[in-house]
Amino acid sequence: MKSETGTSTRTRPGEPGKEVRRLDRVIIRFAGDSGDGMQLTGDRFTSETASFGNDLSTLPNFPAEIRAPAGTLPGVSSFQLHFADHDILTPGDAPNVLVAMNPAALNANIGDVPRGGEVIVNTDEFAKRTMAKAGYAMSPLEDGSLDGYRVHPVPLTTLTIEALKDFGLSRKEAERAKNMFALGLLSWMYHRPTEGTETFLRHKFAEKPQIAEANVAAFRAGWNFGETTEDFAVSYEVAPATKAFPTGTYRNISGNLALSYGLIAASRQADLPLYLGSYPITPASDILHELSRHKNFGVRTFQAEDEIAGIGAALGAAFGGSLAVTTTSGPGVALKSETIGLAVSLELPLLIVGIQRGGPSTGLPTKTEQADLLQAMYGRNGEAPVPVVAPQTPADCFDAAIEAARIALTYRTPVFLLSDGYLANGSEPWRIPDVDELPDLRVHFATGPNHELADGTEVFWPYKRDPQTLARPWAVPGTPGLEHRIGGIEKQDGTGNISYDPANHDLMVRTRQAKVDGIAVPDVEVDDPDGARTLVLGWGSTYGPITAAVRRLRAAGRPIAQAHLRHLNPFSKNLGEVLGRYEKVIVPEMNLGQLAILVRARYLVDARSHTQVNGMPFKAEQLASALKETIDE
Amino acid sequence: MSETLLNLVPKAEAAQSMRDFKSDQEVRWCPGCGDYAVLAAVQGFMPELGLAKENIVFVSGIGCSSRFPYYMNTYGMHSIHGRAPAIATGLATSRRDLSVWVVTGDGDALSIGGNHLIHALRRNVNLKILLFNNRIYGLTKGQYSPTSELGKITKSTPMGSLDAPFNPVSLAIGAEASFVARTVDSDRKHLTEVLRQAADHPGTALVEIYQNCNIFNDGAFEVLQDKDQVKEAVIRLEHGWPIRFGTDNDKGVIRDPATGDLKVVQVTPDNEHTILVHDAHTPSPATAFALSRLADPDTLHQTPIGVFHSVERPVYDTLMAEQLGSAIERYGKADLRQLLTGNDSWTVVG
Repeated sequence: MKSETGTSTRTRPGEPGKEVRRLDRVIIRFAGDSGDGMQLTGDRFTSETASFGNDLSTLPNFPAEIRAPAGTLPGVSSFQLHFADHDILTPGDAPNVLVAMNPAALNANIGDVPRGGEVIVNTDEFAKRTMAKAGYAMSPLEDGSLDGYRVHPVPLTTLTIEALKDFGLSRKEAERAKNMFALGLLSWMYHRPTEGTETFLRHKFAEKPQIAEANVAAFRAGWNFGETTEDFAVSYEVAPATKAFPTGTYRNISGNLALSYGLIAASRQADLPLYLGSYPITPASDILHELSRHKNFGVRTFQAEDEIAGIGAALGAAFGGSLAVTTTSGPGVALKSETIGLAVSLELPLLIVGIQRGGPSTGLPTKTEQADLLQAMYGRNGEAPVPVVAPQTPADCFDAAIEAARIALTYRTPVFLLSDGYLANGSEPWRIPDVDELPDLRVHFATGPNHELADGTEVFWPYKRDPQTLARPWAVPGTPGLEHRIGGIEKQDGTGNISYDPANHDLMVRTRQAKVDGIAVPDVEVDDPDGARTLVLGWGSTYGPITAAVRRLRAAGRPIAQAHLRHLNPFSKNLGEVLGRYEKVIVPEMNLGQLAILVRARYLVDARSHTQVNGMPFKAEQLASALKETIDE
Repeated sequence: MSETLLNLVPKAEAAQSMRDFKSDQEVRWCPGCGDYAVLAAVQGFMPELGLAKENIVFVSGIGCSSRFPYYMNTYGMHSIHGRAPAIATGLATSRRDLSVWVVTGDGDALSIGGNHLIHALRRNVNLKILLFNNRIYGLTKGQYSPTSELGKITKSTPMGSLDAPFNPVSLAIGAEASFVARTVDSDRKHLTEVLRQAADHPGTALVEIYQNCNIFNDGAFEVLQDKDQVKEAVIRLEHGWPIRFGTDNDKGVIRDPATGDLKVVQVTPDNEHTILVHDAHTPSPATAFALSRLADPDTLHQTPIGVFHSVERPVYDTLMAEQLGSAIERYGKADLRQLLTGNDSWTVVG
């Protein structure tokens, strides 16, 4: 296993007094009050790190309340960033460095920092009242509870106000720049490039140049503080992850952004206008926001009156020939179920993007979970099969969106694209694809009759299927001669006319199922270099933690095979054979074992579950020990 | 109307007849149902519009009236309960070259789908909504509906219903509708004239059609059809004309100076000049709303029919199309490569 601490030591050029240590990876967590701007601070540090060329993975973690009471534990917002000189897979288990902007942030996060970790605290916030609010009877800075940590007490607020005294700002305004002071300090500590942040600040506050310059000044003051104060004797270098990245152009990207871009790309590749019908819901709303910004791509976004209208409008647009999408999360999926069933019956292409969050009911809106798999599979009346596609990393949301669109368009079916809160908000470097190499998703609308009656009359039958795909023709309004009516009542095979005939219903139910079962999906790949006897099977966002855990096990001499599913419905054709190859199959999931239920039922394999539903992604170390138990059993 | 969005819909190449709009499907409403009359009126009116029939779409929800699209030889969708306005909104906003009609009933539009109806109306999407109001649930065999009168005895309310009914015209006006009309299934001429005005209206047009369910609520509108009573019961609204009715046209509507509300008076030479002249195009919905309240919800006496309110205001689909156009002016033509690359990329060379 790679070490987490220094591998080489030197002094910084031009600063003979200060030591520079070289690290192969670092995990930093910024924590503060909801109003302290921790997400922005984390985003900026991420951008600096991405442009520097490290591999990285992020984990934003924030409360559902917009501004929970200031200084309280429920109001703490944090942003964890893991960056390295090699390829990494997760935002990291435990931070090496914690930046705590107030006592609540310290109290809520210190438990995750291993002894020996660095803790930077804003001492200005450690007054008696604020400490009491955070549950400290005595100051943790003085009672010895932080012994064993490398604590840097920094009066961040005072230093920021002092640095901005010439800007003519009120105390309150000046104080708000303290997150930029912290960012400057951390940027110094880890040798991050700074131009990007300065440009960003001037752009963000373009309308308020004085505030822009104050933030830049606070940022620089933080940097200079690190450089001059004796408390920070060491700075760290994490070299670019040159070997981790194949040749190409990269950017940092979050899951929801990648998914939005995937939808736009799919619309371009299909040569169909994109139509989004959506109702705001955490953690899916960012997709609505993002797509709304790209109307120059012919993207129509419709913010509906409710979840049902969101998918209804999308289905109407699909009937009219758009690449139609609705975006939501678990509670919204429940509301859309009836319309999804209608889309199954109408056999129109439609993407249902579900960004899973903690449930049931309102649950944990800002936390992640994978507990809507069975809802996506079966949450409808009647036999209503819907293909399910799941992305495995933030950047992979781009490819998964294109794959979901391919299935929807080819097979004329609604398709679930199941992401989750961790992928949605987390980010990683993404190798930007060459747009000329994206798949061709063009479809052929029906243009004329497709059936000859016994008397020789040429007619159009809306439910006459393609023999290969079983897809029905997509005849959009405006096409002369193909006028037809479709609906949710059972249809006669071929003509699409209303039919209550029992044998026909049996045929139609089986045909719709056969169409979904017959969707062409790639074989599942198995990574098994050592001929292992245990297979770990995952789906969706657990890819990062599972892969990291697998690496640890292999490095420790324990063979384990790994397979990860992009297609949950239908499964890859070879999945049964793959599962049959192994003595033991273990399925880690952020639910109570939903994929395990599916594979057990389908393949009669004794798959066992390892589950976690705490709203957070698996930690690689914990997952590795759980997998180790299975291997050693 | 200065703007007619019908220009965006391709015209039929040849003259059409009512037959062109009849599908090959057997009509399966109960014999004697008012829906037949409405279907015939719509099929009869369509050729007059002269639109390419492949560019006409009927979208419905669930209920007796929602079978309507199956009988029209146009494109059509029989969707799910209450959701037709939402589905039609997606279609109309993405395809401005279509003439999109919604067929719904009192249960479909005002109960399970009430939310979609009011939001379609406030957005002013270019939809023509035909609301068949029979004041009963027919397809589920006779429960009271949101337009049934208080105390209605039905299968689910053997001791009488407890909820006060909606007045669909009042509701639509309250929901910012830009076009609201009421007509009756049995008066084909009137029905056709209202359809004509609705079709021409840019934006959402709501047409309430009183429709008799001869199985579960027979005679609900008899007072409006009975030769002896019709003149006393029905107030025909015509833009630009004084609002008068009665056997000898002897009754009129005036504004009560004491309350500002409307009331019905006996017309005399002294008060004749004070009879309200109907102005469907006045921007304020206040008088239209007051007119919608004249009818007695129980007896339906003094029921106004015709176009209550017809005003021009921005149409959602037009605004949406304009934003798509101005986005290209503002942000340039779509460039996927540029979008994916963004402003913060870096290159790794091998």
